[in-house]
Amino acid sequence: MKHAQQPDILPGTVGEGLAQRGVTRREFLKLCTTLTALLALPPSMAGAMAEAISKARRQSVIWLSFQECTGCTESITRSHSPTLENLIFDLISLDYHHTLQAASAEAAEHAREQAMKDNDGKYLLIVDGSIPMGNPGFSTIAGISNYDMLMETARGAAAIVAVGTCAAHGGIPRADPNPTGAVSVGDIVKDKPIINVPGCPPIPVVMTGVLAHFLTFGGIPELDAQGRPKSFYGETIHDRCYRRPFYDQGKFAQTFDDEAARQGWCLFKLGCKGPVTYNACATTKWNDGTSFPIQSGHGCIGCSEANFWDAGPLYKALSMPVSATTSMLGAAAAAGAAAGVAVTWHNRSTKAAAKAAHEKMTVQELSREEK
Amino acid sequence: MSATLEKGINAFKEVIDAPIASFFSSCVRCGMCAEACLFYTETGEAKYTPIHKLEPLRRVWQQEYTLLGGLGKLLGLTRPVTDAELAEWEPLVYDSCTLCGRCSMICPVGNDITYMIRKMREGMAASGHAPQDMVAATTRAITIGSPMGVKWPAVQAQIKHVQADTGIEVPVEREGADYLVLMSSMEIINFPEYLSALSRIFKQAGISWTLAQDAFEATNSGIQIGASDLAGEIVGRIVVAAERLKVKCVISPECGHAYTALRWEGPNLMGRPFGFEVKHILEVLDELHKAGKLKTKGKDQRPLTYHDPCQIARRGGVVEQPRRLLSEVAADFREMSDAGVMNWCCGGGGGVSANSRADSLRLQAFKVKKSQIEATGVQTLITACANCRIVLEEGLEHNHMKVEVIGLTELLAEYLVEDNSTPVPSPAGGRGLG
Amino acid sequence: MSHLDLLTFARGSALNWALVLFAAGVVLRLFEILGLGRRPDLAKPRPDSPGSGWRTIVMRSVPKADTLKRDAVTYVSGYTFHIGLLVSIFFFAPHIEFFRSQSGFGWPGLPSALVDALAVIAMVALGVSLAHRITSPVKRMLSDISDYVAWAMTLLPLLTGYLAYHHLLLEYTMMLALHLFSIELLLVLLPFTKLFHAFSLFISRWYNGDISARKGVAS
Ligand code: SF4
Ligand code: SF4
Ligand code: SF4
Ligand code: SF4
Repeated sequence: MKHAQQPDILPGTVGEGLAQRGVTRREFLKLCTTLTALLALPPSMAGAMAEAISKARRQSVIWLSFQECTGCTESITRSHSPTLENLIFDLISLDYHHTLQAASAEAAEHAREQAMKDNDGKYLLIVDGSIPMGNPGFSTIAGISNYDMLMETARGAAAIVAVGTCAAHGGIPRADPNPTGAVSVGDIVKDKPIINVPGCPPIPVVMTGVLAHFLTFGGIPELDAQGRPKSFYGETIHDRCYRRPFYDQGKFAQTFDDEAARQGWCLFKLGCKGPVTYNACATTKWNDGTSFPIQSGHGCIGCSEANFWDAGPLYKALSMPVSATTSMLGAAAAAGAAAGVAVTWHNRSTKAAAKAAHEKMTVQELSREEK
Repeated sequence: MSATLEKGINAFKEVIDAPIASFFSSCVRCGMCAEACLFYTETGEAKYTPIHKLEPLRRVWQQEYTLLGGLGKLLGLTRPVTDAELAEWEPLVYDSCTLCGRCSMICPVGNDITYMIRKMREGMAASGHAPQDMVAATTRAITIGSPMGVKWPAVQAQIKHVQADTGIEVPVEREGADYLVLMSSMEIINFPEYLSALSRIFKQAGISWTLAQDAFEATNSGIQIGASDLAGEIVGRIVVAAERLKVKCVISPECGHAYTALRWEGPNLMGRPFGFEVKHILEVLDELHKAGKLKTKGKDQRPLTYHDPCQIARRGGVVEQPRRLLSEVAADFREMSDAGVMNWCCGGGGGVSANSRADSLRLQAFKVKKSQIEATGVQTLITACANCRIVLEEGLEHNHMKVEVIGLTELLAEYLVEDNSTPVPSPAGGRGLG
Repeated sequence: MSHLDLLTFARGSALNWALVLFAAGVVLRLFEILGLGRRPDLAKPRPDSPGSGWRTIVMRSVPKADTLKRDAVTYVSGYTFHIGLLVSIFFFAPHIEFFRSQSGFGWPGLPSALVDALAVIAMVALGVSLAHRITSPVKRMLSDISDYVAWAMTLLPLLTGYLAYHHLLLEYTMMLALHLFSIELLLVLLPFTKLFHAFSLFISRWYNGDISARKGVAS
């Protein structure tokens, strides 16, 4: 690796913040190397990244939470220290986050307005939670509906990061019958770049990576059709699952406590959604790389996928029907019978009419007139 | 009054029933029925595929009696059946189908194609698309009383002849007799042996029987052409006579379709079950034989085989009887391949032999019979249908085959043990006029 | 539509709708056929007939020697295909699981390798049938577009099932979705094509057998 130069420490930059916290250049470079790996960038980029981040001004970030469970914030803040996550969060200027900030009420809202004014067009907007469209009163902050606050804050944002499946896809609040009329950020904001970081909750390091990318390159990473960073959501859980060899050999656990389950066989038959779920759990894992759900013996529930909440029972294999239709079949048969009775009635009248039109035949009638 | 397309289509609509709807629904277009039909196997022409002969009827079913077909018709997506089309189908429905029923035994999904062709002929006849010869035969059957124009005096002449030959009285118009005996025109004209054989057998068995002056003809052109109204009229004559003479049983002669007409279609044409029984002569002979009333002596030493007439075996259920009877009088009986209910048709049933337009096709179709007979190596062929017999004789002659055709009843009569043990002239030698 | 959405649709709403249309279609067609009725037969049936409608339902599956000789291709390919298809549908363990999840009861399956082989053989037989349909003058004359559609609709579930099972061509779950869609298409169209013979065959054979049996013939 090229030996990067010690970046100059400029006031108000990330570099200054790092220096104040006593983070050595070596440590910072290590962080950047990890990030480039996560972002699937060539390792040689680490130096450039370190330099870019050091020189970058501390990015103003406004974090809005709507219909959510705070799981996403928990996911990030509960990470053990010292972590990449903490570092990065310390390096930004989190100007508004109603769970984390000390200020409340008027002061809090004022902080948001101030940040929007000071950094117009440059601040990063992070959203977690879905937006209720059914009734503005379903969810408000300081008397402002989620929708109004989102639209107002989005206007001056450089980009939006929709964190968690709720913000990215509507999430659990959107589950059938979707009582609040929940929608995702992307459903209503159409004129800003949006990075979806789904997951219920998302993996902390994935968020960090996205932020680092933004800080380094001043733009958004390469996204897939659903607005997710390809570097984290490019493969399915199943593609990287360590139980995959069992799957390929057709070795499946039938129950959670059978011998096969103890042997760590594949959880497909127990409803694992890994094959259709695009996320990085199997590689990054959770809790400082300790484990991930499948490693703990439970199938993937597909939490980072849109509509995972309505994709059938969690413990039903993907090859099984979502719901039993036996009751519907009775109704269908009844409908078919009703139609059948109508057709039969029609057929019988056709036949009766033909019978009525039949005049007893005579031999003369065996020939045609012209014959 | 004349035949019209409307009447034809109307008849199609009348005849389509649940079996036909299920048959058309089930057809998988596998073409196996072709392999069962002698008109296809002997010509190799695809158009003779049995189910294809029903195409116009199928379309009427689809358009009139299915939901999707009806919608298609409303939207003008389906072609209606036209006169030109029926004219094109006429030779398929009449000339190339003997209603032999073989295809119905083969179709893997169980379609009774023969049943459908019989019904389809109703619409063909009503629309004026029946062959002229068959129209003429039916007209004679209705107006004269017999398709070949035979009248009672001709029968009387034969009765005289038989009485002179055998010395046995042929009873006529005998009320209270057990059996009413019918004949086919063919027998009256070409095979007088039948009546004489019967008189002798019945005499020996002590059976009370009679002929009826106004109901001697068993054949029914109305069935073959597919005109149920006319068929009913023809059957009605026999029913009236049987009821007038209070017989217990009507004996259908050695004629295939006459048996079908009377035994299976008769009550349905009349719209009521019969108060008397209907039996084919072979059934009666078999019963007499079982009861020990039909005694024969000696056996025919010639190698011989038996041709199962379609309407008697496959479409009539009389299969074992002829074999039991033959085992009494034949020393060297050889079964044909496919004998019994899978036997091949002579090629002339179902009105085909009455339709001169079909002559060359019929002779072509005869090839299968020819090879069947040749394989047995016999020169004597027994059968139990006068129509088969004429058709077989013609086919054999056409192929320069030296094979003699004999009615089973006559063969039996030849070996009959008679009480008065007077020598009897051999009836087996007589060839018909046809 | 995401991968998960596609599969959820295939095994959820699409499946439910297909089953609903299938059930309604089958019942409708049965009414359509049976509703036409038939006139009672007034001719006295033979009391001692060897045949019956039920007998023909079973026995019509046995080919007649002469016809078998004349067209072995149809019989052999037909038999092979039907056996392969039925075994694949009803004796493949995952399918039995599927039926169990719908109906609550199941039955023992056959070894996957055997089912797999039979499915391949069935597909080969289908290929032979198609070639035969195109080359035989009789079959070609009898066929219209619906026959070729029916052929394709029958092949697709076998093919996609095979590819899914072996993880070929597409990801398993994608192929699984296609497999389900092909089955759903089949279910919806079955009542309205010649494939309805799967049901009406029993009616046809019964009528055929009954008509013959009354006359004393086992058909
Ligand atoms: S446990 Fe789930 S993700 Fe892992 S191999 Fe099995 S199906 Fe795939
Ligand atoms: S394993 Fe699946 S369900 Fe679990 S967190 Fe990861 S994506 Fe979500
Ligand atoms: S009934 Fe006989 S002649 Fe007529 S189509 Fe069928 S096999 Fe051919
Ligand atoms: S054999 Fe039966 S199913 Fe096959 S084409 Fe003929 S009628 Fe149709």
